[in-house]
Amino acid sequence: MHAPVAEKHLAPPQAQIGGIALSRWKLILLAAGFAVALAVPFVLKNFYIFQITLAIIYAIAILGLNLLTGFNGQFSLGHSAFYAIGAYTAAIMMDGFDVNYVLTLPAAALVCFVFGFLFGLPALRLEGIYLALATFALAIAIPQILKSTLVEHWTGGVQGISLIKPDAPFGLPLNSDQWLYLFTAIVAIVMYACAANLIRSRTGRALIAIRDHPVAASAMGINVALYKSLTFGVSALYTGVAGALGAIAIAFVAPDSFTFQLAIVLFVGLVVGGVTSIPGTILGGFFVLFVPNIAESFSKGLAGAVYGVILLLVIYLMPTGAAGLGRLMTARLAKPGR
Amino acid sequence: MELFLQQVLAGLATGGIYACMALAVVMIYQAIDHLNFAQGEMAMFSTFISWQLIQWGAPYWLAFGATIVISFAAGIVIERVVLKPLHDAPVLSNVVAFIALLSILNSAAGFIWDFTIKNFPSPFGAGPLFQDGLISKHDAGMISITLLLLALLYLFFRHTRIGLAMRAAAANPESARLAGIRVGWMNALGWGMAAAVGSVAGMLIAPVVFLEPNMMISILLYGFAGAVVGGLTSPGGAVFGGFLVGIIENLAGTYIPVVGREMKLSIALCIIVAVLCVKPSGLFGRPVVTRV
Repeated sequence: MHAPVAEKHLAPPQAQIGGIALSRWKLILLAAGFAVALAVPFVLKNFYIFQITLAIIYAIAILGLNLLTGFNGQFSLGHSAFYAIGAYTAAIMMDGFDVNYVLTLPAAALVCFVFGFLFGLPALRLEGIYLALATFALAIAIPQILKSTLVEHWTGGVQGISLIKPDAPFGLPLNSDQWLYLFTAIVAIVMYACAANLIRSRTGRALIAIRDHPVAASAMGINVALYKSLTFGVSALYTGVAGALGAIAIAFVAPDSFTFQLAIVLFVGLVVGGVTSIPGTILGGFFVLFVPNIAESFSKGLAGAVYGVILLLVIYLMPTGAAGLGRLMTARLAKPGR
Repeated sequence: MELFLQQVLAGLATGGIYACMALAVVMIYQAIDHLNFAQGEMAMFSTFISWQLIQWGAPYWLAFGATIVISFAAGIVIERVVLKPLHDAPVLSNVVAFIALLSILNSAAGFIWDFTIKNFPSPFGAGPLFQDGLISKHDAGMISITLLLLALLYLFFRHTRIGLAMRAAAANPESARLAGIRVGWMNALGWGMAAAVGSVAGMLIAPVVFLEPNMMISILLYGFAGAVVGGLTSPGGAVFGGFLVGIIENLAGTYIPVVGREMKLSIALCIIVAVLCVKPSGLFGRPVVTRV
């Protein structure tokens, strides 16, 4: 008589939507996502493939920002700077030293990690708004630094650097847009898997503890200083790899692509997708790529206003972003299983 | 030596503008504990309004005065509509709101007045003030208007009831509320005044940097640098910091060959990071102590 009750306690029933458990839904959605992602290059026109490649690249950059802001509670308005450093690292290696484009990614990752870590060190002393201020200054200064005659020899000054789009390797029957899409998608899958594992690990819990209560976290034996600057480094690494991919995909870098506008774009993607959500960053990437296109079709320069209004709406109505809305919908639809 | 003196005076002139921006930033920081990243775009938008008034045939000083009044009202409206609902929201929400404002104002200015660079008239005329050419008429005008504005603000905060109420509301909102001060409206008033001060800065610097939607972002960065140097909790310090940053910027641009004219923004970055690392409370600020 008592046995079934005890069994129920041992294995709590999972919530269901339409008779299918939530964990299974997750798998189904993931599989569907993969299927769609694999179909993209063979179904769509080249221009759209290119656009989706860019959206994925933005998503990786936004993921980097989210690791910092969403999971570690540090602000950055200056991630455009790390994106720029990643892009220029790749461009300089490909153009100046004839390095294979695949090898530029780990190099960009390393350079950006070091830059981010070093910038994160003084940032340790800066709480919240001060850090936002320091990174704001970095974002505004970076285009001018890239243009300076001091580094002009490598960066190409105002003109920037033009690159050549890589072709598909091993004689695969793909054009360069299709191949770049697949390449970007593979890199993205690896980076998302790493991020998800990082957040679920002991380290990830330490990051979240620091966000929620730094004093309590340090009392539990977490080295707050080390983890904070490491997170800054890893965050810069993600954004830097995105920058390198961007340089390869667009095949061109110039200082004026990395203004404060880009920092705003990444920030918008973060907030709209949902702070503290890893899948949300994908939505954020698509949002920041396609919404401005629609806005600009009405009037040049209208994208900023649309961004601003949507930002305000999100922060008033839906502070957890699209991911939060998703969670809310799931909770509404889900019924406890039998 | 003459070059040095010339650069110091020119630095003082732009430093006055930075001082105004720094003061506007600090006024809002004192009221709501947040840095207004949209301060520069607010000033830019005000400057466009005065340009429009002048285009419609208004005499300069009438446009100048009208712009200050419009900016003051707009500042109050922005506080009431956008920021008041976020009063107790986390820092991130506030930063998002400021970035949203920045983006909207920048884009709207481009939409209404397009992105081409416009000339903005100077009421003081061009050319040097005296025969020796040490300082230009516009620079001298900028310095005197800045000093006049600062003196007026000083008198307002020190010697009027409402100025005292505003200081009380910023220093200790709870006690001020118990003493019968309407703290929310004092914040709104602070926003209005910050917007007005910013508009003056915008109109004075526009003849130098030319009028376009992105003109104020670097000015704001120097304003932030000034505010950080002086201390975010000290209005007097922010003004001093603004002037100091103006002079440093000009001297570094002249005497350090590598920095030259083309990497001036990096100076602001270095100043901000250095001050925040060495003395985060600035020269005149008080350190912030929080109870856990």
